[in-house]
Amino acid sequence: MPEHNEPAYDPLQPGEGEAIAPTGQGGPMDLALDEAESLEKTLGDDSTGPGPGPQEKPRSLWSDAWHQLRRNPVFIISSLMILFLVIISIWPQLIASGDPLQCDLSKSQQGSSPGHPFGYDTQGCDVYTRTVYGARASITVGVCATLGAAFLGSLLGGLAGFFGGWGDALLSRVADIFFGIPVVLGGLVFLSVVTSTTVWPVVGFIVLLGWPQIARIGRGSVITAKQNDYVQAARALGAGNSRMMLRHVAPNAIAPVIVVATIALGTYIALEATLSFLGVGLRPPTVSWGIDISNAASQIRNAPHMLLWPAGALSLTVLAFIMLGDAVRDALDPKLR
Amino acid sequence: MLLEVRDLHVEFKTRDGVARAVNGVNYSVAEGETLAVLGESGSGKSVTAQAVMGILDMPPGRIAGGEILFKGKDLLRMKEEERRRIRGAEMAMIFQDALSSLNPVLSVGAQLGEMYEVHRGMSRKDAKGKAVELMDRVKIPAAKERVGDYPHQFSGGMRQRIMIAMALALEPSLIIADEPTTALDVTVQAQVMDLLAELQRELNMGLILITHDLGVVADVADKIAVMYAGRIVEAAPVHEIYKAPAHPYTRGLLDSIPRLDQKGQELYAIKGLPPNLLAIPPGCAFNPRCPMAQAVCRTDVPPLYRVTESPVERTSACHFWKECLHG
Ligand SMILES: Nc1ncnc2c1ncn2[C@@H]1O[C@H](COP(=O)(O)OP(=O)(O)OP(=O)(O)O)[C@@H](O)[C@H]1O
Ligand SMILES: [Mg+2]
Repeated sequence: MPEHNEPAYDPLQPGEGEAIAPTGQGGPMDLALDEAESLEKTLGDDSTGPGPGPQEKPRSLWSDAWHQLRRNPVFIISSLMILFLVIISIWPQLIASGDPLQCDLSKSQQGSSPGHPFGYDTQGCDVYTRTVYGARASITVGVCATLGAAFLGSLLGGLAGFFGGWGDALLSRVADIFFGIPVVLGGLVFLSVVTSTTVWPVVGFIVLLGWPQIARIGRGSVITAKQNDYVQAARALGAGNSRMMLRHVAPNAIAPVIVVATIALGTYIALEATLSFLGVGLRPPTVSWGIDISNAASQIRNAPHMLLWPAGALSLTVLAFIMLGDAVRDALDPKLR
Repeated sequence: MLLEVRDLHVEFKTRDGVARAVNGVNYSVAEGETLAVLGESGSGKSVTAQAVMGILDMPPGRIAGGEILFKGKDLLRMKEEERRRIRGAEMAMIFQDALSSLNPVLSVGAQLGEMYEVHRGMSRKDAKGKAVELMDRVKIPAAKERVGDYPHQFSGGMRQRIMIAMALALEPSLIIADEPTTALDVTVQAQVMDLLAELQRELNMGLILITHDLGVVADVADKIAVMYAGRIVEAAPVHEIYKAPAHPYTRGLLDSIPRLDQKGQELYAIKGLPPNLLAIPPGCAFNPRCPMAQAVCRTDVPPLYRVTESPVERTSACHFWKECLHG
C-alpha cells in the first residue's frame, strides 16, 4: 500500500462529498484540477484524513462483501454456531467423555440424571453423547455433498453457459431428468441396494440430486457475466476462450453459486437425516441424528427427550447454514444493497 | 489501404424473423486517417465495427456476405486463431462505457498488463511495469500508486483513458472507437478526444470514430461515412459534406445540429422513425422520411453514385444527389 500517497486536500476545491484534488503530484495540473480525481484509498481502517467526510471505498467485490459480512449479526451468530459444530464434529471428545456405542440396556429410556443431562434412549445409550457424536455425520455429509455438487454443477453449468449450443441444450435436458427424481422415492430405490456403512453412498446420492440446481444457477450467472461489456472488450483485445472464462467470466459469476451452495448445505444435512430416518441413509454403527430421530419417533409418548435433543440439534444446524447463506447472499448480491 | 470493408452484410436471427442490420456497407481507412461513422441509433454502426473486430455474437449474428480486407488480407477467411492474434495487437477497440468495459474484480494494472501477457507472453510482473508506463502515457496522474486500484475507484474520464491505454498497448495500426466520449461530461470529452487524436498522430494509426457528435467530427475526422438502415448513404471528406451534403439524410442530420445564430428557434428533427430492420422499405430505405422522395425512390434501390472522383472520392446513395447538392 502506498502509504505516502495520502492525498493532501486542497481547501480551495469545493468538496463535493468525494471529489478531492490531489496536489503535489507530478502530473499536469490541468488534469489534476479538471478531473478532480477521487483519490480516496482504503488506507487500512479509518485512516482517512481530514476533509468533508471522505468515504472509505472498499477495494473490490470480495473485500466489499467481507466488509459487510463482518458487520452482519446474522453472519456472526451463524458462523459461530458452524464453527462450534465443526469443532465438535472433529473432536467430539472435547465436550463428551462417553462412548456413543457403549450402551446399557438397563437404563433404557431413563430421563435426565447427573452426568447424563439428556437421559438415555431405548438401547440405554447416552443421548447427550450420541447427539454430540451425531454432528460428525451431518457435517461430513453436508460439506462433502456440497463440495461435490458445487464442483460438478458449476463446472457443467459454467461450460454450458459459456459455450451454449447443443452441449447446453443437452445439459439442460439431463438436469431436468435429475430434477424430476423425487428425493424420497429415489433414495429408497437407489440406496436400499447399497450395503456400505460409510457416508459415501449417501454423499454420492445427494450430489447426484443436487448438482442440477447449482448447474442451473451457474449457467445463468455465466450467461449474465458473459454479456458484460468487459468480456466483449477482453475478446476485442485478443483474449482467448480459456482466459476469458477463468479471468473475466468465472470471478464475476461465482457469487450466486457460493450463495446457493451455502444454503444447499443446510438442506443437504436435512436430506441426510431424512434418508437415515427412512433407514436408507447412514446405518449403524455410524451415529446420525436421522437414525436417532427415527428410533425415537415411535417412543414419543414414553420418552420425548429421545426425540427432542437430536431433532433440536438437527434443526439448529440446518438453520445455521441457511442463515449463513442468507448473510452471504446479502453481502454478495449488489442489487439488494 | 489499411482497412477496406466491401459490401458487408450482417443479419441477426430473431424470434420475429431475420433482422438485416448491415446491408452492403463499404468504407475504407488508410494509415493515419480518421473516418467518422455517423447515423441514428440502430443504423448498424456498432454491428459493422463488431464484424470488423470479429466479436459479433454468432449466433444470433451471421455475416451474410462481403469482404473485410485488413492490410490486403480478408479477415473473414482467416482462421479464428489467426484473427485472435490480430485482435488487440493490430486492431483494437474502445467502447462507449469504460466502467462496464473494465472487469470490476481485476485491478486496472492487471487488465492493462493482460495485453502483454496475452500477446507478448510476458510475466505478470514485467507486465505490471508496462502497465504503469501505459498509464503515464495516457496521462493518469500518480500512475505508479494507482496501478493496483480497481476500475470503480477512477473517475469516468480516467477510466476512458485506461480503456484507451489498453487499446493502444501494443501500438495497433487500426483503432475503432465506438462512441468513446458519449458517457463523459463535456469538458472531459474534449480532453479524451484530444488525447486520442494525439496518440493517433504519434502512432500513425487509422481511426474509425463512431459518434453522434457532429461537433467532434468536424474537429478530428478526415472523412465521414453516414449510415442509414445498415448502409452507407453518403461518404465524403469532412469539409465537403459540411459545405454541401449530397444526401437528404445527411442534410437532415446537419440541420438538426443546434446553432448559435438560431437560438430560441425550435430544433429541426428528421421526421418519422428509423425503419424496422425486419421489413426495410422497398426502394430507398429512407424514402418514407425523405422530403425529396419521388416515385422512383419507392421502387428502385439507389446505387452508390460517384459525386466526385478526384481529388477525393465522394459517393451518395440518392437518386437525386445532384438536386440535393445544389438545392
Ligand atoms: N446481438 C444482437 N442480436 C440481435 N440484434 C442485434 C444484436 N446486435 C445488434 N442488433 C441489431 O442490429 C441493429 C443495429 O445495431 P447497432 O448496435 O449497430 O446500432 P448503432 O448504429 O450502433 O446504434 P447506436 O447509435 O444506438 O449505438 C439494431 O437494430 C439491433 O437491434
Ligand atoms: Mg452502437
